Amino acid sequence: MSGFWQVADFLVSVVADFRPLAPGVAGSFRDRLSSLLLFEHYNTRVVVLGAMLLGLASGLVGCFTLLRRRALVGDALSHATLPGVGLAFLLAPLAGYDGGNRLVLLAGAAVSGTAGALAILFIRSLPRLKEDAALGIVLSVFFGAGVALLTVVQQSSAGRAAGLDRYIFGQAASMTADDARLIAVTAALAALLIACNFRSLTLLCFDEGYAAAQGYSIPLLDLLVMFLVVLITMIGLQAVGLILMIALLVIPAAAARFWTNRLWVMLLISGLIGGLSGFLGAMLSAVFADLPSGAVIVLTCSLLFFLSLLLGRERGVLVRSLRRRELSAAIDREHLLRGIWELRESAVEFSGAVVERRAAGFEELLSLRSWSISRLRAQIRRASAEGLVWLNSEGAIELTRRGVMEAERLVHHHRLWELYLITHADVAASRVDREADAIEHVLEPELIARLEQLLLQRQRSGEIPASPHEMGGFQSQVGSVASPEGHQS
Amino acid sequence: MSDQTLPLSIQDLTVAWHRRPVIWDVEFEVSPGRLVGIVGPNGAGKSTLLKAVMDLVPKASGRVEIFGRPWRESRQRVGYVPQRESVDWDFPVSVLDVVTMGLYGRIGWFGRVRRVHREAARRALEQVGIGELADRQISQLSGGQQQRTFLARALVQEADLYLMDEPFAAVDAATEQAIVGILRSMRAAGRTAVVIHHDLHTVPDYFDSVVLLNMRVVAEGPTHEVFTRENLERTYGGRLTLLEEATEALRRREQRL
Repeated sequence: MSGFWQVADFLVSVVADFRPLAPGVAGSFRDRLSSLLLFEHYNTRVVVLGAMLLGLASGLVGCFTLLRRRALVGDALSHATLPGVGLAFLLAPLAGYDGGNRLVLLAGAAVSGTAGALAILFIRSLPRLKEDAALGIVLSVFFGAGVALLTVVQQSSAGRAAGLDRYIFGQAASMTADDARLIAVTAALAALLIACNFRSLTLLCFDEGYAAAQGYSIPLLDLLVMFLVVLITMIGLQAVGLILMIALLVIPAAAARFWTNRLWVMLLISGLIGGLSGFLGAMLSAVFADLPSGAVIVLTCSLLFFLSLLLGRERGVLVRSLRRRELSAAIDREHLLRGIWELRESAVEFSGAVVERRAAGFEELLSLRSWSISRLRAQIRRASAEGLVWLNSEGAIELTRRGVMEAERLVHHHRLWELYLITHADVAASRVDREADAIEHVLEPELIARLEQLLLQRQRSGEIPASPHEMGGFQSQVGSVASPEGHQS
Repeated sequence: MSDQTLPLSIQDLTVAWHRRPVIWDVEFEVSPGRLVGIVGPNGAGKSTLLKAVMDLVPKASGRVEIFGRPWRESRQRVGYVPQRESVDWDFPVSVLDVVTMGLYGRIGWFGRVRRVHREAARRALEQVGIGELADRQISQLSGGQQQRTFLARALVQEADLYLMDEPFAAVDAATEQAIVGILRSMRAAGRTAVVIHHDLHTVPDYFDSVVLLNMRVVAEGPTHEVFTRENLERTYGGRLTLLEEATEALRRREQRL
């Protein structure tokens, strides 16, 4: 433990002893801002450092409660710390300690938080009571007891002086160097516990049943997670307060999930987001002295959450909508190419003789599917920009050489899949077009190869099979409507 | 062969959920190198039986021995394949990470995942035919690939007794064949597998012996002797009116207390 204290001391002293070069005079808002940005005041440095470490540690711990789908355990346990604070204040003098001593109060918080964790485990093990009931009971009963105790404490002058009620909403500005040191040590302890138990915790969150079968004790591991939460709450009481602690435990982890699919990267990002919110939040509440630190830290954190939700590289809204648009554009393109190709094919079939048909009219294409005029237009524009189709002098659409190759590939896939559905999946021939449509766009090369293998007793590889169903929609048109672009030899 | 080497022996096993019996008085033995199917209707207690073998659910009574010892002492020799639906496949880990979990017991609490371990995991993935998916995130897997991943995680453990919970549930034909192939090579290597199975058609083809289970063991033994129409009717058809009524009455009384 002494090692921790040394490291913590060192960290605090490095930041605290940093002397900015520019001299600043406290006074106007601008001066205050500049002096803050240069960390001129010892106290500001302490508060900002403490809040940052707190955010970092809660980001780490929060990942596991979130992945265990027990995010609200954090809320129940943070509320469960309150009676411990009150009891510690009342009982400490009996043991010869000063009730106002922060270490004593926080130790009390940790003890009653742990009692809350055990109570949750116990209630959960009872028949017919589930997790949500356990959390609700522990949260309300402990918090109620805490509020009652605090009211008793407030009636003495010493109690009022101790200002226990600030643990409810938090007040970062009251943080001392000792508090920051305690935060540093506890955060390091939490990180160490996570590092040592990383695999067990992963297994617990991913596959509880398998973990148990491997001989891990699930209640013990759950207790470890809850103990970590209690540790974080204990050091968060002062800066953020117990009511808002849950935000720091849930939001950074939830935000990190938008950025990555790797657990350890998620831990890093979550810690980073938590640390950044602590840092920025403490700074902001120091600049605008009237703003409560806990609320500002949480608001900063949720701002980072929304940014992640929008911009997250793996699951952000923006990335996902881009992916969706890309996919639907690709599907539209495939429909267009296949439509033109099949129109060409049908013309040959229809006239029986050597009539070759190269172009497709806009109206014909429009009648093929339920796409809107503007959507089809846009698609034709895009395809011609990609050099797959071109508009001939009559305004009809023709495939380029590349377009023909691409279209042949697509029709080949589509027909293979249709054949498969009819012969192996018992799908009615009249419905098969639509069914095939939904799936063919996601066919992977190896699956195509297997389809060919399966079906090509009848067909040679690469050869395009005839459509197994009536080509609906335009068949009649081709015959009756003498479209100008239709029958050019 | 002496009793000591039996991979699995279950005597007088009863499991109750909050005093409501789920399986009653189950008793059977499994000899080494055999593929055993556990067959029975929904709610017959098949999963519960496997879990009770591994002490994952409390036993009301009975004794389970694995290679002549209690589970806790021989759990390294037991490979478990849970139901595929029991986990969240959106979890932020890769396929290789999941398979490596099968080695955690060997790596130990403070050990590190080394190259040897990763290579063993890759080999197991090759064995189940999805070696190329090792670095994928698990949410990108199809149902069959998920099942193969779970199987690889059990294989990498190199256990002697495998307990599998519905490995054939909702998998494609190719995966089913792959799993059957692996089961048979396990048997050839002298390993034993106890597999919960729901598809009655394939039972005679896949398993050497069966346990017909519906809260209690209806019949058990070599497949060709036990897997008869009559026994199946007793397992599935005739509702266990008396037993069901008794447990229901018991449960109601419990609730009133």
